[in-house]
Amino acid sequence: MPTLLALDASSSACSAALLCRRDGHDDQLLARFVQAPREHTRRLMPMIDELLDEAGLTLADMDALAYGHGPGSFTGLRIAAGVAQGLAFGLEIPLIGVSTLEALALAGHRRLHLRHVMPVIDARMGELYTAAYRCHAGELTRLADEALVSPERLTLPAGHEEADWVGVGSGWEQWEALPVTVQAGVSQHLPDMQPAAEDMVLLAAQALASGGGEAPHLAQPVYLRDQVAWQKSR
Amino acid sequence: MRVLGIETSCDETGVALFDTERGLVADALYSQIAMHADYGGVVPELASRDHTRKLLPLIEDVLNDAGMTRAELDGIAYTAGPGLVGALMVGASTAHGLARALNIPVLGVHHMEGHLLAPMLEDEPPAFPFVALLVSGGHTQLVEVRGLGDYELLGESVDDAAGEAFDKAAKMLGLEYPGGPNVARLAEQGDPTRFRFPRPMTDRPGLDFSFSGLKTHMLTAVRSLREAGQLDDQARADVARAFEEAVVDTLVIKCRRALDATGLKRLVVAGGVSANTRLRERLAVETGKRGAKAFYPRGRFCTDNGAMIAYVGAQRLVAGERDDSAMRAVPRWPLDQLAPAGSASA
Repeated sequence: MPTLLALDASSSACSAALLCRRDGHDDQLLARFVQAPREHTRRLMPMIDELLDEAGLTLADMDALAYGHGPGSFTGLRIAAGVAQGLAFGLEIPLIGVSTLEALALAGHRRLHLRHVMPVIDARMGELYTAAYRCHAGELTRLADEALVSPERLTLPAGHEEADWVGVGSGWEQWEALPVTVQAGVSQHLPDMQPAAEDMVLLAAQALASGGGEAPHLAQPVYLRDQVAWQKSR
Repeated sequence: MRVLGIETSCDETGVALFDTERGLVADALYSQIAMHADYGGVVPELASRDHTRKLLPLIEDVLNDAGMTRAELDGIAYTAGPGLVGALMVGASTAHGLARALNIPVLGVHHMEGHLLAPMLEDEPPAFPFVALLVSGGHTQLVEVRGLGDYELLGESVDDAAGEAFDKAAKMLGLEYPGGPNVARLAEQGDPTRFRFPRPMTDRPGLDFSFSGLKTHMLTAVRSLREAGQLDDQARADVARAFEEAVVDTLVIKCRRALDATGLKRLVVAGGVSANTRLRERLAVETGKRGAKAFYPRGRFCTDNGAMIAYVGAQRLVAGERDDSAMRAVPRWPLDQLAPAGSASA
Protein backbone atom coordinates (compact mmCIF):
# COMPACT_ATOMS: atom_id res chain seq x y z
CA MET A 1 0.00 0.00 0.00
CA PRO A 2 2.44 2.53 -1.20
CA THR A 3 2.29 6.28 -1.59
CA LEU A 4 4.35 7.55 -4.51
CA LEU A 5 5.19 10.86 -6.14
CA ALA A 6 6.33 11.08 -9.77
CA LEU A 7 7.62 14.02 -11.78
CA ASP A 8 8.51 14.57 -15.40
CA ALA A 9 10.26 17.29 -17.39
CA SER A 10 11.30 15.22 -20.40
CA SER A 11 9.33 17.23 -22.99
CA SER A 12 7.93 20.74 -23.37
CA ALA A 13 5.37 19.68 -20.76
CA CYS A 14 5.92 19.64 -17.03
CA SER A 15 3.98 17.19 -14.89
CA ALA A 16 3.72 15.66 -11.44
CA ALA A 17 1.45 12.98 -9.97
CA LEU A 18 0.71 11.48 -6.61
CA LEU A 19 -0.61 7.95 -6.08
CA CYS A 20 -2.00 6.87 -2.74
CA ARG A 21 -2.91 3.19 -2.68
CA ARG A 22 -4.39 1.83 0.54
CA ASP A 23 -6.01 -1.51 1.31
CA GLY A 24 -9.80 -1.27 1.39
CA HIS A 25 -9.77 2.08 -0.39
CA ASP A 26 -9.91 3.12 -4.02
CA ASP A 27 -6.64 4.35 -5.44
CA GLN A 28 -6.22 8.08 -5.07
CA LEU A 29 -4.46 9.43 -8.17
CA LEU A 30 -3.83 13.17 -8.38
CA ALA A 31 -2.01 14.77 -11.27
CA ARG A 32 -0.89 18.08 -12.71
CA PHE A 33 0.18 18.62 -16.33
CA VAL A 34 1.03 21.92 -18.03
CA GLN A 35 2.73 22.94 -21.24
CA ALA A 36 5.70 24.90 -19.93
CA PRO A 37 8.58 25.07 -22.37
CA ARG A 38 11.75 26.24 -20.58
CA GLU A 39 9.78 26.78 -17.36
CA HIS A 40 10.30 23.45 -15.64
CA THR A 41 12.64 25.01 -13.10
CA ARG A 42 9.89 27.26 -11.78
CA ARG A 43 6.83 25.05 -12.30
CA LEU A 44 7.94 21.76 -10.80
CA MET A 45 8.19 22.58 -7.07
CA PRO A 46 4.86 24.46 -6.75
CA MET A 47 3.20 21.58 -8.60
CA ILE A 48 4.50 19.09 -6.05
CA ASP A 49 3.30 21.30 -3.19
CA GLU A 50 -0.17 21.60 -4.75
CA LEU A 51 -0.51 17.83 -5.03
CA LEU A 52 0.58 17.27 -1.44
CA ASP A 53 -1.85 19.93 -0.22
CA GLU A 54 -4.71 18.45 -2.18
CA ALA A 55 -4.00 14.96 -0.86
CA GLY A 56 -3.45 16.21 2.67
CA LEU A 57 -0.06 14.52 2.74
CA THR A 58 3.54 15.58 3.31
CA LEU A 59 6.73 14.38 1.66
CA ALA A 60 7.40 12.31 4.78
CA ASP A 61 4.42 10.12 3.80
CA MET A 62 6.07 9.04 0.54
CA ASP A 63 7.29 5.44 0.21
CA ALA A 64 9.14 6.05 -3.03
CA LEU A 65 9.74 8.66 -5.69
CA ALA A 66 9.74 8.35 -9.46
CA TYR A 67 10.75 10.46 -12.45
CA GLY A 68 10.71 10.26 -16.21
CA HIS A 69 14.28 9.06 -16.86
CA GLY A 70 14.10 9.41 -20.62
CA PRO A 71 14.59 9.42 -23.43
CA GLY A 72 13.77 13.09 -23.96
CA SER A 73 15.22 16.58 -23.61
CA PHE A 74 18.65 16.11 -21.98
CA THR A 75 18.34 19.19 -19.79
CA GLY A 76 14.76 18.31 -18.84
CA LEU A 77 15.77 14.78 -17.85
CA ARG A 78 18.48 16.19 -15.61
CA ILE A 79 16.17 18.74 -13.98
CA ALA A 80 13.70 15.99 -13.06
CA ALA A 81 16.57 13.68 -12.05
CA GLY A 82 18.12 16.37 -9.84
CA VAL A 83 14.89 17.24 -8.05
CA ALA A 84 13.88 13.58 -7.68
CA GLN A 85 17.34 12.51 -6.52
CA GLY A 86 17.59 15.40 -4.08
CA LEU A 87 14.14 14.64 -2.67
CA ALA A 88 14.68 10.87 -2.44
CA PHE A 89 18.15 11.27 -0.94
CA GLY A 90 16.82 13.73 1.65
CA LEU A 91 13.82 11.53 2.50
CA GLU A 92 15.96 8.37 2.46
CA ILE A 93 13.54 6.51 0.20
CA PRO A 94 14.06 4.61 -3.07
CA LEU A 95 13.90 6.28 -6.46
CA ILE A 96 12.42 4.70 -9.57
CA GLY A 97 13.37 5.86 -13.06
CA VAL A 98 10.48 5.38 -15.50
CA SER A 99 10.81 5.16 -19.27
CA THR A 100 9.11 8.04 -21.07
CA LEU A 101 8.37 5.68 -23.99
CA GLU A 102 6.66 3.21 -21.64
CA ALA A 103 4.71 6.07 -20.05
CA LEU A 104 3.49 7.10 -23.51
CA ALA A 105 2.39 3.54 -24.26
CA LEU A 106 0.48 3.35 -20.99
CA ALA A 107 -1.15 6.70 -21.74
CA GLY A 108 -2.44 5.30 -25.05
CA HIS A 109 -3.67 2.18 -23.30
CA ARG A 110 -5.37 3.91 -20.35
CA ARG A 111 -7.00 6.73 -22.26
CA LEU A 112 -7.77 5.13 -25.61
CA HIS A 113 -7.77 1.44 -24.67
CA LEU A 114 -5.08 0.72 -27.25
CA ARG A 115 -3.58 -2.80 -27.32
CA HIS A 116 -0.50 -2.34 -29.49
CA VAL A 117 1.26 0.97 -29.04
CA MET A 118 4.38 2.31 -30.74
CA PRO A 119 5.63 5.35 -28.83
CA VAL A 120 7.98 7.53 -30.87
CA ILE A 121 9.58 10.71 -29.52
CA ASP A 122 11.31 13.34 -31.65
CA ALA A 123 15.02 13.10 -30.76
CA ARG A 124 16.00 16.19 -32.81
CA MET A 125 18.98 16.10 -35.18
CA GLY A 126 16.85 14.08 -37.62
CA GLU A 127 16.37 11.09 -35.34
CA LEU A 128 13.66 9.38 -33.27
CA TYR A 129 13.46 7.52 -29.96
CA THR A 130 11.24 4.48 -30.27
CA ALA A 131 9.97 1.25 -28.70
CA ALA A 132 6.82 -0.91 -29.00
CA TYR A 133 4.49 -2.41 -26.39
CA ARG A 134 1.61 -4.82 -26.13
CA CYS A 135 -0.81 -3.58 -23.47
CA HIS A 136 -3.35 -5.67 -21.56
CA ALA A 137 -5.29 -4.78 -18.41
CA GLY A 138 -2.83 -2.10 -17.40
CA GLU A 139 0.19 -4.37 -17.94
CA LEU A 140 2.77 -3.59 -20.62
CA THR A 141 4.98 -6.05 -22.47
CA ARG A 142 7.81 -4.56 -24.47
CA LEU A 143 8.01 -6.05 -27.97
CA ALA A 144 10.85 -3.89 -29.31
CA ASP A 145 13.79 -2.46 -27.38
CA GLU A 146 14.18 1.26 -26.89
CA ALA A 147 16.28 2.64 -29.73
CA LEU A 148 17.50 5.78 -31.46
CA VAL A 149 16.83 5.59 -35.22
CA SER A 150 16.52 7.85 -38.23
CA PRO A 151 12.91 8.16 -39.53
CA GLU A 152 13.59 6.11 -42.66
CA ARG A 153 14.89 3.23 -40.51
CA LEU A 154 11.86 3.00 -38.22
CA THR A 155 10.32 -0.50 -38.34
CA LEU A 156 7.35 -2.31 -36.87
CA PRO A 157 8.44 -4.76 -34.13
CA ALA A 158 9.80 -7.95 -35.71
CA GLY A 159 7.35 -10.84 -35.53
CA HIS A 160 4.45 -8.56 -34.59
CA GLU A 161 3.98 -6.68 -37.86
CA GLU A 162 0.40 -7.90 -38.27
CA ALA A 163 -0.94 -6.40 -35.04
CA ASP A 164 -3.13 -3.30 -35.08
CA TRP A 165 -0.46 -0.71 -34.21
CA VAL A 166 -1.17 2.81 -33.09
CA GLY A 167 1.58 5.42 -32.96
CA VAL A 168 1.78 7.92 -30.09
CA GLY A 169 4.22 10.73 -29.38
CA SER A 170 5.92 13.71 -31.00
CA GLY A 171 8.01 11.54 -33.33
CA TRP A 172 4.94 10.81 -35.46
CA GLU A 173 5.09 14.37 -36.75
CA GLN A 174 7.75 12.90 -39.05
CA TRP A 175 5.03 10.77 -40.72
CA GLU A 176 6.00 11.81 -44.25
CA ALA A 177 9.58 10.62 -43.71
CA LEU A 178 8.61 7.16 -42.39
CA PRO A 179 8.88 3.98 -44.49
CA VAL A 180 5.65 2.88 -46.25
CA THR A 181 5.72 -0.40 -44.31
CA VAL A 182 5.35 1.58 -41.07
CA GLN A 183 2.70 3.88 -42.56
CA ALA A 184 0.75 0.84 -43.79
CA GLY A 185 1.04 -1.01 -40.47
CA VAL A 186 -0.12 1.83 -38.25
CA SER A 187 -3.88 2.40 -38.17
CA GLN A 188 -3.60 5.84 -36.58
CA HIS A 189 -0.93 8.11 -35.14
CA LEU A 190 -1.32 10.64 -32.34
CA PRO A 191 1.64 13.01 -32.36
CA ASP A 192 0.15 15.35 -29.71
CA MET A 193 0.46 12.81 -26.90
CA GLN A 194 3.28 13.54 -24.43
CA PRO A 195 4.79 11.59 -21.55
CA ALA A 196 3.05 12.41 -18.26
CA ALA A 197 3.83 11.81 -14.60
CA GLU A 198 0.31 10.42 -14.16
CA ASP A 199 1.25 7.32 -16.16
CA MET A 200 4.73 7.18 -14.64
CA VAL A 201 3.44 6.99 -11.08
CA LEU A 202 1.36 3.92 -12.02
CA LEU A 203 4.33 2.25 -13.71
CA ALA A 204 6.48 3.10 -10.69
CA ALA A 205 3.93 1.50 -8.35
CA GLN A 206 4.10 -1.69 -10.44
CA ALA A 207 7.90 -1.60 -10.34
CA LEU A 208 7.93 -1.04 -6.59
CA ALA A 209 5.50 -3.94 -6.04
CA SER A 210 7.87 -6.25 -7.91
CA GLY A 211 10.91 -5.21 -5.92
CA GLY A 212 12.01 -2.22 -8.02
CA GLY A 213 13.41 1.03 -6.67
CA GLU A 214 17.04 2.00 -6.31
CA ALA A 215 19.31 4.14 -4.19
CA PRO A 216 18.71 7.65 -5.60
CA HIS A 217 22.17 8.08 -7.14
CA LEU A 218 21.71 4.89 -9.18
CA ALA A 219 18.52 6.10 -10.88
CA GLN A 220 20.32 7.90 -13.71
CA PRO A 221 18.79 9.42 -16.85
CA VAL A 222 18.59 7.16 -19.90
CA TYR A 223 19.60 9.33 -22.84
CA LEU A 224 19.76 6.68 -25.62
CA ARG A 225 21.85 9.16 -27.61
CA ASP A 226 25.36 8.76 -26.28
CA GLN A 227 27.31 10.18 -29.21
CA VAL A 228 27.28 13.83 -28.14
CA ALA A 229 30.91 14.82 -28.74
CA TRP A 230 33.65 13.88 -31.08
CA GLN A 231 37.21 13.23 -29.96
CA LYS A 232 39.78 15.52 -31.49
CA SER A 233 41.82 14.03 -34.29
CA ARG A 234 45.37 13.48 -33.22
CA MET B 1 24.40 27.14 10.86
CA ARG B 2 25.61 24.09 8.90
CA VAL B 3 25.51 24.76 5.17
CA LEU B 4 26.09 22.29 2.36
CA GLY B 5 27.72 23.93 -0.69
CA ILE B 6 27.30 22.54 -4.21
CA GLU B 7 29.37 23.63 -7.22
CA THR B 8 28.60 22.33 -10.74
CA SER B 9 29.16 25.36 -12.98
CA CYS B 10 31.77 23.84 -15.30
CA ASP B 11 33.91 20.69 -15.24
CA GLU B 12 34.38 20.09 -11.51
CA THR B 13 31.78 18.69 -9.15
CA GLY B 14 32.45 20.22 -5.73
CA VAL B 15 30.66 19.66 -2.43
CA ALA B 16 31.55 21.01 1.02
CA LEU B 17 30.13 21.60 4.45
CA PHE B 18 30.69 24.94 6.17
CA ASP B 19 29.62 25.53 9.76
CA THR B 20 29.37 29.17 10.85
CA GLU B 21 30.55 28.06 14.33
CA ARG B 22 33.35 25.69 13.33
CA GLY B 23 34.39 26.84 9.87
CA LEU B 24 34.98 24.43 7.01
CA VAL B 25 34.13 20.90 8.18
CA ALA B 26 34.55 18.79 5.04
CA ASP B 27 34.97 19.14 1.32
CA ALA B 28 35.15 16.84 -1.69
CA LEU B 29 35.85 17.39 -5.35
CA TYR B 30 35.56 15.35 -8.50
CA SER B 31 37.39 16.75 -11.52
CA GLN B 32 36.31 15.82 -15.04
CA ILE B 33 39.52 17.15 -16.60
CA ALA B 34 40.71 13.72 -17.77
CA MET B 35 37.40 13.07 -19.56
CA HIS B 36 37.40 16.41 -21.40
CA ALA B 37 41.11 16.14 -22.30
CA ASP B 38 40.16 13.64 -25.02
CA TYR B 39 38.13 16.39 -26.70
CA GLY B 40 40.62 19.24 -26.24
CA GLY B 41 38.23 21.25 -24.04
CA VAL B 42 35.08 21.06 -21.93
CA VAL B 43 32.12 19.39 -23.69
CA PRO B 44 29.05 20.89 -21.96
CA GLU B 45 26.73 17.89 -22.44
CA LEU B 46 29.31 15.45 -21.08
CA ALA B 47 30.02 17.79 -18.16
CA SER B 48 26.32 17.89 -17.24
CA ARG B 49 25.96 14.11 -17.46
CA ASP B 50 28.94 13.60 -15.21
CA HIS B 51 27.65 16.07 -12.59
CA THR B 52 24.41 14.06 -12.42
CA ARG B 53 26.42 10.87 -11.85
CA LYS B 54 28.79 12.26 -9.24
CA LEU B 55 26.85 14.78 -7.16
CA LEU B 56 24.92 12.55 -4.71
CA PRO B 57 27.90 10.27 -3.97
CA LEU B 58 30.00 13.37 -3.22
CA ILE B 59 27.31 14.75 -0.90
CA GLU B 60 27.30 11.41 0.89
CA ASP B 61 31.11 11.47 1.17
CA VAL B 62 31.08 14.96 2.66
CA LEU B 63 28.40 14.06 5.23
CA ASN B 64 30.36 10.94 6.17
CA ASP B 65 33.61 12.91 6.52
CA ALA B 66 31.81 15.44 8.69
CA GLY B 67 30.25 12.66 10.77
CA MET B 68 26.82 14.18 10.18
CA THR B 69 23.44 12.99 8.99
CA ARG B 70 21.51 14.80 6.28
CA ALA B 71 18.91 15.79 8.89
CA GLU B 72 21.57 17.89 10.66
CA LEU B 73 21.95 20.27 7.70
CA ASP B 74 20.54 23.77 8.24
CA GLY B 75 20.82 25.13 4.71
CA ILE B 76 22.00 24.44 1.18
CA ALA B 77 23.90 26.75 -1.18
CA TYR B 78 24.57 26.03 -4.85
CA THR B 79 26.23 27.86 -7.71
CA ALA B 80 23.47 29.60 -9.67
CA GLY B 81 25.88 31.17 -12.16
CA PRO B 82 27.72 32.23 -14.15
CA GLY B 83 28.66 29.02 -15.94
CA LEU B 84 27.41 26.36 -18.35
CA VAL B 85 23.63 26.44 -18.07
CA GLY B 86 23.10 22.68 -18.30
CA ALA B 87 25.77 22.01 -15.71
CA LEU B 88 24.40 24.69 -13.36
CA MET B 89 20.96 23.11 -13.66
CA VAL B 90 22.21 19.85 -12.11
CA GLY B 91 23.36 21.57 -8.93
CA ALA B 92 20.31 23.84 -8.78
CA SER B 93 17.75 21.04 -9.15
CA THR B 94 19.47 18.67 -6.74
CA ALA B 95 19.90 21.45 -4.16
CA HIS B 96 16.23 22.41 -4.39
CA GLY B 97 15.07 18.79 -4.14
CA LEU B 98 17.26 18.07 -1.13
CA ALA B 99 16.32 21.32 0.63
CA ARG B 100 12.62 20.64 0.10
CA ALA B 101 12.97 17.11 1.50
CA LEU B 102 14.81 18.38 4.58
CA ASN B 103 12.59 21.46 4.88
CA ILE B 104 15.56 23.83 5.07
CA PRO B 105 16.37 27.03 3.14
CA VAL B 106 18.25 26.91 -0.17
CA LEU B 107 20.11 29.69 -1.97
CA GLY B 108 21.75 30.05 -5.37
CA VAL B 109 25.01 32.00 -5.12
CA HIS B 110 27.42 33.69 -7.52
CA HIS B 111 30.36 31.55 -8.59
CA MET B 112 32.78 34.48 -8.82
CA GLU B 113 31.79 35.76 -5.39
CA GLY B 114 32.86 32.32 -4.20
CA HIS B 115 36.29 32.80 -5.78
CA LEU B 116 36.59 36.36 -4.39
CA LEU B 117 35.95 35.16 -0.87
CA ALA B 118 37.75 31.78 -1.02
CA PRO B 119 40.73 33.24 0.94
CA MET B 120 38.30 33.74 3.86
CA LEU B 121 38.55 29.97 4.41
CA GLU B 122 42.25 30.30 5.32
CA ASP B 123 43.74 30.75 8.79
CA GLU B 124 44.81 34.32 8.01
CA PRO B 125 41.98 35.75 5.94
CA PRO B 126 42.37 39.20 4.36
CA ALA B 127 40.41 42.02 6.00
CA PHE B 128 38.06 44.12 3.87
CA PRO B 129 38.59 46.15 1.74
CA PHE B 130 40.96 44.53 -0.78
CA VAL B 131 41.69 44.26 -4.48
CA ALA B 132 41.06 40.87 -6.05
CA LEU B 133 42.52 39.49 -9.25
CA LEU B 134 40.33 36.64 -10.54
CA VAL B 135 42.25 34.84 -13.18
CA SER B 136 41.09 31.52 -14.64
CA GLY B 137 40.13 29.78 -17.88
CA GLY B 138 36.85 31.67 -17.94
CA HIS B 139 37.66 35.01 -16.30
CA THR B 140 40.27 37.71 -15.96
CA GLN B 141 38.93 40.43 -13.67
CA LEU B 142 40.19 43.01 -11.21
CA VAL B 143 37.63 43.75 -8.52
CA GLU B 144 37.58 46.12 -5.58
CA VAL B 145 36.01 44.24 -2.68
CA ARG B 146 34.71 46.60 0.02
CA GLY B 147 32.73 43.97 1.89
CA LEU B 148 30.57 40.92 1.24
CA GLY B 149 28.39 41.77 -1.73
CA ASP B 150 29.97 45.19 -2.23
CA TYR B 151 32.06 44.85 -5.38
CA GLU B 152 33.26 47.18 -8.04
CA LEU B 153 34.61 45.80 -11.28
CA LEU B 154 37.84 47.70 -11.96
CA GLY B 155 38.76 45.96 -15.20
CA GLU B 156 38.38 42.74 -17.12
CA SER B 157 39.48 40.99 -20.28
CA VAL B 158 37.86 42.37 -23.40
CA ASP B 159 38.44 39.05 -25.19
CA ASP B 160 40.10 35.80 -24.04
CA ALA B 161 40.61 34.99 -20.37
CA ALA B 162 44.24 34.51 -19.32
CA GLY B 163 43.71 30.80 -18.65
CA GLU B 164 42.07 30.41 -22.04
CA ALA B 165 45.13 32.03 -23.64
CA PHE B 166 47.33 29.51 -21.81
CA ASP B 167 45.17 26.65 -23.11
CA LYS B 168 45.38 27.92 -26.69
CA ALA B 169 49.13 28.46 -26.42
CA ALA B 170 49.45 24.88 -25.18
CA LYS B 171 47.58 23.61 -28.21
CA MET B 172 49.95 25.48 -30.56
CA LEU B 173 52.89 23.88 -28.78
CA GLY B 174 51.31 20.43 -29.03
CA LEU B 175 50.69 20.19 -25.29
CA GLU B 176 47.72 18.46 -23.67
CA TYR B 177 44.62 20.15 -22.21
CA PRO B 178 44.50 21.80 -19.70
CA GLY B 179 47.35 23.87 -21.01
CA GLY B 180 48.28 26.26 -18.22
CA PRO B 181 50.37 23.97 -16.02
CA ASN B 182 51.95 22.31 -19.09
CA VAL B 183 53.01 25.63 -20.65
CA ALA B 184 54.44 26.73 -17.28
CA ARG B 185 56.41 23.49 -16.95
CA LEU B 186 57.85 23.83 -20.45
CA ALA B 187 58.63 27.52 -19.85
CA GLU B 188 60.90 26.58 -16.94
CA GLN B 189 63.43 25.27 -19.51
CA GLY B 190 63.06 28.37 -21.68
CA ASP B 191 65.41 31.27 -22.23
CA PRO B 192 63.56 34.47 -21.21
CA THR B 193 65.72 36.67 -23.44
CA ARG B 194 65.36 34.89 -26.79
CA PHE B 195 61.86 36.16 -27.68
CA ARG B 196 59.88 39.08 -26.40
CA PHE B 197 56.08 39.12 -26.77
CA PRO B 198 53.99 42.30 -26.39
CA ARG B 199 52.29 43.27 -23.10
CA PRO B 200 48.81 44.01 -24.44
CA MET B 201 47.00 47.16 -23.28
CA THR B 202 49.75 48.18 -20.85
CA ASP B 203 50.83 51.14 -23.00
CA ARG B 204 47.68 53.07 -22.13
CA PRO B 205 45.89 53.81 -18.86
CA GLY B 206 43.14 51.50 -17.64
CA LEU B 207 42.67 48.15 -15.99
CA ASP B 208 41.22 46.08 -18.83
CA PHE B 209 43.04 43.13 -20.34
CA SER B 210 43.29 41.64 -23.81
CA PHE B 211 44.93 38.31 -24.53
CA SER B 212 43.77 37.43 -28.03
CA GLY B 213 46.54 39.44 -29.75
CA LEU B 214 49.12 37.55 -27.72
CA LYS B 215 47.69 34.34 -29.09
CA THR B 216 48.16 35.60 -32.67
CA HIS B 217 51.71 36.66 -31.84
CA MET B 218 52.37 33.19 -30.48
CA LEU B 219 50.95 31.55 -33.61
CA THR B 220 53.18 33.66 -35.86
CA ALA B 221 56.28 32.88 -33.80
CA VAL B 222 55.60 29.11 -33.80
CA ARG B 223 54.83 29.10 -37.53
CA SER B 224 57.96 30.98 -38.57
CA LEU B 225 60.15 28.72 -36.40
CA ARG B 226 58.53 25.67 -37.96
CA GLU B 227 58.97 26.97 -41.49
CA ALA B 228 62.65 27.67 -40.77
CA GLY B 229 62.98 24.10 -39.45
CA GLN B 230 63.97 25.49 -36.06
CA LEU B 231 61.05 24.40 -33.88
CA ASP B 232 63.09 22.07 -31.68
CA ASP B 233 62.46 21.37 -27.99
CA GLN B 234 64.53 24.35 -26.90
CA ALA B 235 62.70 26.73 -29.25
CA ARG B 236 59.32 25.50 -27.95
CA ALA B 237 60.48 26.08 -24.38
CA ASP B 238 61.73 29.55 -25.30
CA VAL B 239 58.42 30.47 -26.93
CA ALA B 240 56.51 29.12 -23.90
CA ARG B 241 58.72 31.23 -21.64
CA ALA B 242 58.16 34.38 -23.70
CA PHE B 243 54.42 33.75 -23.66
CA GLU B 244 54.28 33.16 -19.91
CA GLU B 245 56.41 36.23 -19.23
CA ALA B 246 54.08 38.38 -21.32
CA VAL B 247 50.92 37.15 -19.56
CA VAL B 248 52.43 37.36 -16.08
CA ASP B 249 53.95 40.78 -16.72
CA THR B 250 50.63 42.09 -17.99
CA LEU B 251 48.77 40.76 -14.93
CA VAL B 252 51.38 42.23 -12.57
CA ILE B 253 51.30 45.66 -14.24
CA LYS B 254 47.51 45.82 -13.94
CA CYS B 255 47.55 44.65 -10.31
CA ARG B 256 50.04 47.40 -9.52
CA ARG B 257 47.79 49.95 -11.19
CA ALA B 258 44.74 48.65 -9.34
CA LEU B 259 46.50 48.96 -5.98
CA ASP B 260 47.60 52.50 -6.93
CA ALA B 261 44.15 53.50 -8.08
CA THR B 262 42.39 52.25 -4.96
CA GLY B 263 45.15 53.00 -2.44
CA LEU B 264 44.60 49.52 -0.96
CA LYS B 265 47.34 47.34 0.48
CA ARG B 266 45.79 43.90 0.24
CA LEU B 267 45.66 41.88 -2.97
CA VAL B 268 43.70 38.62 -3.24
CA VAL B 269 44.59 36.39 -6.18
CA ALA B 270 42.24 33.54 -7.06
CA GLY B 271 41.28 31.32 -9.98
CA GLY B 272 43.22 28.52 -11.69
CA VAL B 273 46.00 30.75 -13.06
CA SER B 274 46.78 31.98 -9.52
CA ALA B 275 48.61 28.66 -9.06
CA ASN B 276 51.24 29.87 -11.57
CA THR B 277 54.60 30.06 -9.78
CA ARG B 278 56.05 32.91 -11.87
CA LEU B 279 52.96 35.02 -11.18
CA ARG B 280 53.28 34.41 -7.44
CA GLU B 281 57.00 35.26 -7.43
CA ARG B 282 56.46 38.49 -9.34
CA LEU B 283 53.50 39.57 -7.19
CA ALA B 284 55.48 38.84 -4.00
CA VAL B 285 58.18 41.26 -5.20
CA GLU B 286 55.65 43.84 -6.33
CA THR B 287 53.56 43.82 -3.12
CA GLY B 288 56.73 43.72 -1.01
CA LYS B 289 58.00 46.90 -2.64
CA ARG B 290 54.90 48.83 -1.57
CA GLY B 291 54.29 47.31 1.87
CA ALA B 292 51.28 45.45 0.57
CA LYS B 293 50.39 41.78 0.99
CA ALA B 294 49.11 39.14 -1.42
CA PHE B 295 46.61 36.51 -0.25
CA TYR B 296 45.93 33.21 -1.98
CA PRO B 297 43.42 30.48 -1.24
CA ARG B 298 45.05 27.10 -0.61
CA GLY B 299 45.83 25.22 -3.84
CA ARG B 300 42.64 23.23 -4.20
CA PHE B 301 40.47 26.28 -3.50
CA CYS B 302 42.14 28.28 -6.29
CA THR B 303 40.14 26.31 -8.82
CA ASP B 304 36.41 25.54 -8.68
CA ASN B 305 35.29 23.97 -5.40
CA GLY B 306 32.30 23.50 -3.14
CA ALA B 307 33.92 25.11 -0.08
CA MET B 308 33.76 28.66 -1.44
CA ILE B 309 30.09 28.16 -2.35
CA ALA B 310 29.28 26.78 1.11
CA TYR B 311 31.10 29.78 2.66
CA VAL B 312 29.33 32.45 0.61
CA GLY B 313 25.99 30.64 0.97
CA ALA B 314 26.39 30.48 4.75
CA GLN B 315 27.05 34.24 5.00
CA ARG B 316 23.95 35.03 2.96
CA LEU B 317 21.67 32.35 4.43
CA VAL B 318 22.49 33.57 7.94
CA ALA B 319 21.40 37.04 6.82
CA GLY B 320 18.02 35.57 5.82
CA GLU B 321 18.45 35.33 2.05
CA ARG B 322 16.86 32.34 0.32
CA ASP B 323 15.47 31.21 -3.03
CA ASP B 324 11.75 30.91 -3.60
CA SER B 325 10.56 27.67 -5.21
CA ALA B 326 12.32 28.39 -8.53
CA MET B 327 15.69 26.77 -9.23
CA ARG B 328 18.13 29.28 -10.66
CA ALA B 329 20.68 28.77 -13.43
CA VAL B 330 22.05 32.07 -14.75
CA PRO B 331 24.75 31.54 -17.40
CA ARG B 332 25.71 35.24 -17.56
CA TRP B 333 25.55 37.22 -14.33
CA PRO B 334 27.70 40.35 -13.83
CA LEU B 335 29.41 40.40 -10.44
CA ASP B 336 28.52 44.02 -9.74
CA GLN B 337 24.80 43.16 -9.75
CA LEU B 338 25.30 41.57 -6.35
CA ALA B 339 24.23 43.30 -3.17
CA PRO B 340 25.43 42.97 0.44
CA ALA B 341 24.08 40.00 2.38
CA GLY B 342 20.49 40.35 3.51
CA SER B 343 19.59 43.17 1.15
CA ALA B 344 17.68 42.42 -2.02
CA SER B 345 20.05 41.74 -4.91
CA ALA B 346 19.33 42.87 -8.43
